[in-house]
Amino acid sequence: MAQKQKQANNHYVTIKGTKEGLILNLDDNCTFEQLLSELETKLIHPSENQGSDGPKIPVNVRVGKRYLTEQQEELLRKIIYQKKNLLVDVIESEVITKEEAEFLKKENEVTSVNRMIRSGQILKVQGDLLLIGDVNPGGYVAATGNIFVMGALKGIAHAGCEGRSSAVVAASVMIPSLVRIADQMFQDEEDEQEYSGGCAFLDEENDEIKLDSLHILHQIRPGLNRL
Amino acid sequence: MGEAIVITSGKGGVGKTTTTANIGTSLALLGKKVCLIDTDIGLRNLDVIMGLENRIIYDLVDVAHNRCKLHQALIKDKRFECLYLLPAAQTKDKSAVVPEQMKRIVTELKQDYDYVIIDCPAGIEQGFKNAIAGADKSIVVTNPETSSVRDADRIIGLLEQEDIEPPKLIVNRLKAHMMENGDSLDVDEIVSILAIELLGIVVDDELVIRASNRGEPIALNPDTKASQAYRNIARRILGESVPLMSLEQDKGLFKKVKQFFGIRS
Repeated sequence: MAQKQKQANNHYVTIKGTKEGLILNLDDNCTFEQLLSELETKLIHPSENQGSDGPKIPVNVRVGKRYLTEQQEELLRKIIYQKKNLLVDVIESEVITKEEAEFLKKENEVTSVNRMIRSGQILKVQGDLLLIGDVNPGGYVAATGNIFVMGALKGIAHAGCEGRSSAVVAASVMIPSLVRIADQMFQDEEDEQEYSGGCAFLDEENDEIKLDSLHILHQIRPGLNRL
Repeated sequence: MGEAIVITSGKGGVGKTTTTANIGTSLALLGKKVCLIDTDIGLRNLDVIMGLENRIIYDLVDVAHNRCKLHQALIKDKRFECLYLLPAAQTKDKSAVVPEQMKRIVTELKQDYDYVIIDCPAGIEQGFKNAIAGADKSIVVTNPETSSVRDADRIIGLLEQEDIEPPKLIVNRLKAHMMENGDSLDVDEIVSILAIELLGIVVDDELVIRASNRGEPIALNPDTKASQAYRNIARRILGESVPLMSLEQDKGLFKKVKQFFGIRS
């Protein structure tokens, strides 16, 4: 009975205004087609009252426990954009696929490896890498996250190798032949200064990699703390 | 049942073949039954250094392809009853033998000999794969040069992937005065980079080259430091704990030389 009423009154879509913009709550207990048709009607009516040439209003779309495919997301954005001067800011869903969840989990995990990376050897991990051993000249370590080397880093290290520019490289003995973070690279050619307990990070201001001693790292990357 | 030891380095010219000849000779001096195998097909040298070049009738490739019996291809050393050489072919190339054939030959030899010492060619290709196929243990030879250490590091990485005991290190052609001045790598530095057990240090000596040219391994001549080093390495292979020849002694000698010049000038 209640459901029938709900259907009749079209209450799957609720709109809320905040300082930041609009929040569109889309019910997760109906079909996607029902949502679309209701969205169309709901978004047209108020536009008659307001002028349509105001500034663009950001919209936060909350879809609850509904999983949206990429096409569905695209469709939602299109409808909202067409109807009024609305711009979809984010689409928030409380569910993600298992694949995405596993990817995220791995991305935040620390993989510890206990061996030496010798010349010609490649070690690549998803997430952070904790290497208990040395990286010899000619060796290559890469991680999508941070790289921590408990021994001497004399070879090549590539942190954030899929573009994460906040990634850092840290090593007990820092004499790398090449450090890369995201798409930047650093070769220490002038002075071969040896940092015992050194780190490398990407300086956003100049967009270049800087080498420094370890103790300044907590100021630059407070996000490294996971306590 | 004996054991097979492959002697390798990655880089060429660091002294693999000389080391093979001298370790083989030293082990024979200690009364062990030893067979040397040259796997450097196409560029064989071990027979020359052993002074057995003119006795080759059959070679490794003939044995691998069953063109002769294994014992027919083995050459007995001039000086020792218990030292034999299986020479490489000079007219073929590395692809004339496959790892399975090497494994079979080495296994057969291990029945009769205490030690089978395999001389590996330079490089990491087919020849290297053949050489390590039948080996139980491995020795990596390096010079105190960056390029040589780099290659040794690569080779150690490859050996670690195989079913072989962790390799041991010989630092060959050490020039004490260059190490002293910091012009060449330090032994400690090399060991810390490669992180494997040090089996021995052989100092650079012109007498080694002279002996090799004459076809008499230097290990036969007990007066030289290089010979002492090879004999010590052989004893360490047998499991004896022989202390490393102190480099301080070298330092002393070096100081003496400096002093000598100091007095003269």
